[in-house]
Amino acid sequence: MRQMMTVARQAARELMRGWWVASYGLFFMLLAWALFAFGERPAQAVVSVLDLVLLVIPFVSIVVGVLSFYNSREFAELLLAQPVARSTVFFGQYLGLSVSLAAAFTVGLGAPFAWYGWSTRDQAGTLLVLLLAGIFLTFIFVAFAFAIAVRTENRLKALGAAIFLWLFLALVYDGLLLAVIMAFSAYPLEKPLLGLCVLNPLDVARILILLRLDVAALMGYTGAVFKQFFGSTLGLGLAGACLAAWVALPVLAGVNAYARRDF
Amino acid sequence: MSMGRWLLGLIFPLFVMLALFAPSDATAGTQPAAPQGQAQRPTLVVCPTCEVKRLVDALREAPTGGRIVVQSGLYVEGEIVVDKPVEIVGQGWPVIDGAGKNQVLTVKADDVSISGLVIRNSAKSYLADLAGLRVEAARRCVIEGNRLIDNFFGIYLAASEDCVVRDNQVYGNATSEAFSGNGIHLWNSHHITLERNYVTGHRDGLYFEFLHASAVRHNVSEKNVRYGLHTMYSADNYYQSNLLRANLAGVVLMYSKRLRVIDNRFEDNWGAACYGALLKDLDDSELADNLFFHNSVALYAEDANRNFLTKNRFYNNGFAVRIMANADSNAFSGNVFEANAFDVTTNSSTQSANSFNGNYWDDYRGYDLDHDGIGDVPFWPVRLFGLLLEEYPAAIVLLRSPFAELLDTAEEAIPVLTPRNLADEKPLIARPSWSKSRVLKNASVQ
Amino acid sequence: MVEIAGLKKRFGSIRALDGISLAIKPGEITAVVGPNAAGKSTLLRCIVGLVYPDAGEIRIDGLSINGDWRCRRRLGYVAQTAHFPESLSVRELFAFIRDIRGADSGDGKELIGLFGLEGALDRPVRQLSGGTRQKISIVLATMFDPEILIMDEPTAGLDPLSSQRQKKWLERERARGKTILVASHIIAEVEELSDRVIFLLDGKVYFDGAPGEAARLTGERTLERAIAAMMEQRSSCGR
Repeated sequence: MRQMMTVARQAARELMRGWWVASYGLFFMLLAWALFAFGERPAQAVVSVLDLVLLVIPFVSIVVGVLSFYNSREFAELLLAQPVARSTVFFGQYLGLSVSLAAAFTVGLGAPFAWYGWSTRDQAGTLLVLLLAGIFLTFIFVAFAFAIAVRTENRLKALGAAIFLWLFLALVYDGLLLAVIMAFSAYPLEKPLLGLCVLNPLDVARILILLRLDVAALMGYTGAVFKQFFGSTLGLGLAGACLAAWVALPVLAGVNAYARRDF
Repeated sequence: MSMGRWLLGLIFPLFVMLALFAPSDATAGTQPAAPQGQAQRPTLVVCPTCEVKRLVDALREAPTGGRIVVQSGLYVEGEIVVDKPVEIVGQGWPVIDGAGKNQVLTVKADDVSISGLVIRNSAKSYLADLAGLRVEAARRCVIEGNRLIDNFFGIYLAASEDCVVRDNQVYGNATSEAFSGNGIHLWNSHHITLERNYVTGHRDGLYFEFLHASAVRHNVSEKNVRYGLHTMYSADNYYQSNLLRANLAGVVLMYSKRLRVIDNRFEDNWGAACYGALLKDLDDSELADNLFFHNSVALYAEDANRNFLTKNRFYNNGFAVRIMANADSNAFSGNVFEANAFDVTTNSSTQSANSFNGNYWDDYRGYDLDHDGIGDVPFWPVRLFGLLLEEYPAAIVLLRSPFAELLDTAEEAIPVLTPRNLADEKPLIARPSWSKSRVLKNASVQ
Repeated sequence: MVEIAGLKKRFGSIRALDGISLAIKPGEITAVVGPNAAGKSTLLRCIVGLVYPDAGEIRIDGLSINGDWRCRRRLGYVAQTAHFPESLSVRELFAFIRDIRGADSGDGKELIGLFGLEGALDRPVRQLSGGTRQKISIVLATMFDPEILIMDEPTAGLDPLSSQRQKKWLERERARGKTILVASHIIAEVEELSDRVIFLLDGKVYFDGAPGEAARLTGERTLERAIAAMMEQRSSCGR
């Protein structure tokens, strides 16, 4: 544990040296501030940043994840020659990166939102869901990045695979959902759709946030079914479990491959 | 609202009243004092400690055209029928209580005036439209400044004409749509003036069926279990400056024609299947200068034809306009579309016989090289995702998905599916200034 | 005592190690020599645990290490080329590794003095020359006083003076009973230092014995010539 934290701290430090973790946080901060400066109310601002949260966080997390994995591989040899378990080095580097990115996002987006009138409990709850979703997405996509990079010698190939995965989850998956909806429009689809959405962490995050906002009313009967599901403790637990599983699965796949590979 | 409109709002009803009640003089204010000119009228006073203790007794004794002053107290007298022209004036809010057993007050004569009463607890029934105050086949009635509390129907006018219903407050306790009555219900009547009433907690706040040539102004109808203002089989009515808030639908106009709906505000009709204005089989009508704010669907039009929709402001709605393919020859111009999730959706990808011209769209990205204030390229307000939604409602799970945005972007570049002729050929470049002031005004309301 | 039995490792179609068995004794300096791509580095990395063999066994004092990271507590490793976290100064780097290793700490003062590194301590690692990095790598491997020292081309990039000092220091460590394994492709360099030479070619051990023995076997005067003779012999056999 102590060794892991040491590795994590070092990985975070290595990352902070680059200007871009700070600019990543700054990007969210400027964005949120601009929205408020143009007079958007917090609920509208959430809708406006939603797209960005859903596109930018996964993309940055997975790309930076792959690149930083290859960067750290160079001195991984130094670490692995020390009396440290490989899983410790892996988890340490994973945590160092995920926590840095998540912190940059949380502070960057959270500060302006907290500053501008999140007065009521309900609004604070929405902000919390937004931040939690972003944090989960960061952890999930860094895990994807590591799982890919561990198995791939060529960093360009790994980058390609990462971007493909991101495209698939961010765009293609929802396209397939639409195809399913169109093909089976004669059947009651709400429950199968619920299942399919839960399988994609980006859809889970998007819907969890949408349901907190009043645009959920536009979602009609489908929305009502979703709201009932995600409103229940069971549903919320299941959604949380799904997100957690999306962190755990690639992390385990990654650490497994990391423990077996040669350096 | 402009000063001029305020003045009109005051002067016009006065004028109408003077015209209608010139011989019997007018009553003014919610608690009428004894106006001059009525001294010569025979007046009966009713109170629990008076000689006449019951309103029914007073009605029996009162001469035609007489005046009954009801002083404060509780009057539980069964169904009270007013069958001769009299003026009933409450002083100190006397309570006429139906005790949940019957209709409370029924007017069956012409030239009856009722004011200053609290009318409450009518019976409820699945079979009969029982009301707190019912007017049947009467002319020239004046219902003014009363409070109707917890009645099945509040004020119910049937087959009446030339009546004024003004400054009443109608509070219902309806919880279900199936077992509730309307706040102010006008049936088979004409030349009715309905103004400055407040209605809440009923099925439909204001319900009109076979209503003709009537004016409905400055009313507030909110938080009813169904609609704010519901019109069926009516024509030639004028709805102006009403506030319809937080109902399932603001106005529902069905099977009617030649209605003018001007300067009303429809807001917070928000939830699954909620509408600002729902038009079905509405023909030859005009909706102008209205504000649609924060409605799930601001304006829904089905089989509605030849209507003019002018200078309305659609702000922060889910769907601003949902217009079905069977709606024909409706003209949208000078409207402002701002901050809506969807500006226009329709269920047909082929053709639309409605025109959009000279509206302002906040999504418009065109340019204006000749600086005439009109965009040089048309604006197509129907998004592909919106079109898909009409056909596949379950696709709403993709709301705000990057994929949905991608679809719209692609469709914008290479249009295939969205109706090409549903276009605004002359989109405004700048938001018309008259609507700017209204934003501020309405923002302060919420 | 490090014992290696039947060690095999393939990278794709290349046989990096092809059945290697040998024993490395404490109190000796053992040199692994051979041309480039002979399998020297792979052998060393197998012992350190960076590379997993396909077959065979590595035992330290009779216990199979089998990739168990705890074995590395007794082990110091100098890589062929050293990569360090770029954000650190030399002092911070030492602290970082000390932090990782936990309790079994040393300060490496002696070697820092030996290499004259005092002036570089507060400079960022990324600004240092290859030679200085190599020195730091050696300090890092030895500062915790490991029983077993595994060095891959330890003199590469070192100036003659440092190289000489390092040799002296190694001899002293040998006297202290350390197990020392050095890989090098510069045979002359290890000849005077090593008690034992292992000649590796194409993943196989071609010679295992004292340096003088190799010369005696081939009739050559120096180890270098002896090795060259062995290589030629092998190629003629292959014909």
